[in-house]
Amino acid sequence: MNVMDTRATSAMLYLDGVHVSFDGFHAINNLSLTLAPGEMRAIIGPNGAGKTTMMDIITGKTKPDEGTVLFDGVTDLTRLDETRIAELGIGRKFQKPTVFESQTVQDNLLLALNVDHSVKGTLFWRGNKAESERIEKVLEIIRLTDARNRLAGSLSHGQKQWLEIGMLLAQDPKLLLVDEPVAGMTDVETHLTAELLKEINKTHTVMVVEHDMTFVRELGVKVTCLHEGSVLAEGTIDQVSSNDRVIEVYLGR
Amino acid sequence: MTPHMLTRSLDRGATIFLLVVAAIGVLIPLSNLLLPTGSFLHVPTYLVALWGKYVCYAILALSIDLIWGYCGILSLGHGAFFALGGYAMGMYLMRQIGTRGVYGNPILPDFMVFLNYPKLPWYWHGFDMFWFAALMVIVVPGLLAFCFGWLAFRSRVTGVYLSIITQAMTYALLLGFFRNDFGFGGNNGLTDFKDILGFNVQADGTRATLFMLSCLALIIGFLICRSIVSSKLGKVLIAIRDAESRTRFLGYRVESYKLFVFTVSACMAGVAGALYVPQVGIINPSEFAPGNSIEAVIWVAVGGRGTLVGAALGAVVVNYAKTFFTSGMLAPYWLFMLGALFILVTLLLPKGIVGTFNSWWEPWKAKKESAAEVSAAAEDGVTEPKMAE
Ligand SMILES: Nc1ncnc2c1ncn2[C@@H]1O[C@H](COP(=O)(O)OP(=O)(O)O)[C@@H](O)[C@H]1O
Ligand SMILES: [Mg+2]
Repeated sequence: MNVMDTRATSAMLYLDGVHVSFDGFHAINNLSLTLAPGEMRAIIGPNGAGKTTMMDIITGKTKPDEGTVLFDGVTDLTRLDETRIAELGIGRKFQKPTVFESQTVQDNLLLALNVDHSVKGTLFWRGNKAESERIEKVLEIIRLTDARNRLAGSLSHGQKQWLEIGMLLAQDPKLLLVDEPVAGMTDVETHLTAELLKEINKTHTVMVVEHDMTFVRELGVKVTCLHEGSVLAEGTIDQVSSNDRVIEVYLGR
Repeated sequence: MTPHMLTRSLDRGATIFLLVVAAIGVLIPLSNLLLPTGSFLHVPTYLVALWGKYVCYAILALSIDLIWGYCGILSLGHGAFFALGGYAMGMYLMRQIGTRGVYGNPILPDFMVFLNYPKLPWYWHGFDMFWFAALMVIVVPGLLAFCFGWLAFRSRVTGVYLSIITQAMTYALLLGFFRNDFGFGGNNGLTDFKDILGFNVQADGTRATLFMLSCLALIIGFLICRSIVSSKLGKVLIAIRDAESRTRFLGYRVESYKLFVFTVSACMAGVAGALYVPQVGIINPSEFAPGNSIEAVIWVAVGGRGTLVGAALGAVVVNYAKTFFTSGMLAPYWLFMLGALFILVTLLLPKGIVGTFNSWWEPWKAKKESAAEVSAAAEDGVTEPKMAE
């Protein structure tokens, strides 16, 4: 079967009419959004707008009540579980940095590498040169080469954020979902993170959720503003931040 | 197990542990068999049997530490797998009695004659052959764990809910095995064993050999556990223990990993039970009592969860204490002491004996090593200061 013929859309990620409610509370309300292959998109929106919940839906953690979620134009993500979706090539950095605290920085990256993840494969795993070189490269990119043998739990907040981005790099997914990457970072670190994401975007499709407007401005990409679970505005950062409804949502309450 | 997995698994602590177990496994039987009874170094037969029991408990503790210490699965029903292994061995031993039973029936064990069984139940067939019984020692607990785990882990039952259903599992088996029509001797269980592979189970030589085999099983079990936890799979297990959902988002099928270690662990517990039964001479439904499984978890907590060596040590230390206290006037209070011990360890030594020792010893060792590095660096004429960690 030719996959290209059956593509419903050319988008890398396609959400249409998605609804999710928690005990009657509509966290996601008729949400529609598309991400083109190779695109980087910034998602903004006040707290509780549903940004994290949207990532939960894409990665299979939360099942939507209604709506379509297509990956790469062919795969219906609502039918798959987290493991399968990760295998397909969707990686995620969490809002609260979640690294494996009791393992070393290096082992965190090793676990993230997109190699054989089966029980048998990991039981009989022996390291090889290609793998160590990839880990080496990621360590360099995220500036943790000197901390490679430290336990991830002993890293600073900013370093944990970077380690988690490093894990995404090791995972090398087609689509990266990055939830609030610069929370708790210094200005310098924030700037470096923006640079890093732009670099990553050269070869990957990326969706970044962030509050920090300087950071979003620095990314210089199309922005989507979510509010009460649906899209409020979409466009350049200047268009979105001058939108009356966006101003009302951010300042009006 | 491949050679590189073995070498990777042998760090200093593991090597010391193996040497100690090997030494005990050789010296105690030798002293019992070769030294004259009056000698100061002679180990009497009752002590060989007692220590053999501790070694079996140590294997059970290892199996619990593998899943609890490394993968965060707190099974409060592992005594069930131990008991099933024990029953499989007990069935073999029963069938070896033959016509030497009270009723002299060549096929039916005494309790079946007494309960008017017309013929041997189908599930007793094959247990007259040692190889079959030995296979069942591993297969029966493994199969139960596989089915149980498949249902529980796929439905993502975790934490305290999982612990509760493992308790329910062992309790259900307890009730089943108590029944006379279940076909396992009911209340009285299986006992009055005569011989194993043609050797009298009461004989000193047989007891010494069983002790030696128990130590060998402990060594093999330990090596299997070490190979597992020092492989990349071990890192995945720890990742699951610390952040299960994160592990899924990296593309690991968490339920398969859990099912794998849970099944391996149950098979190990079964072997422990099978070695235990000929040494204590009886297996009855009380081995399924939920309290037994909880006690085994306490051994692991006392010795040090997630250290393997600690689990084995904890099993021996706590059971030694149990033997000591329950044979004196403090006997009625043993359960209170065990409870108090658990609370004290949880509060004062949360890492257990070995875990606490490691957290003292490792920084000290690291300091010594980095000091050695600094002086080596100084000799090389490198002046760059080392950052203290
Ligand atoms: N599992 C859940 N159960 C109940 N309510 C939830 C759940 N997850 C999110 N919510 C609610 O949905 C809304 C959107 O949350 P979230 O997606 O985390 O917002 P954001 O990331 O945009 O700040 C919030 O009001 C939150 O309380
Ligand atoms: Mg959020």
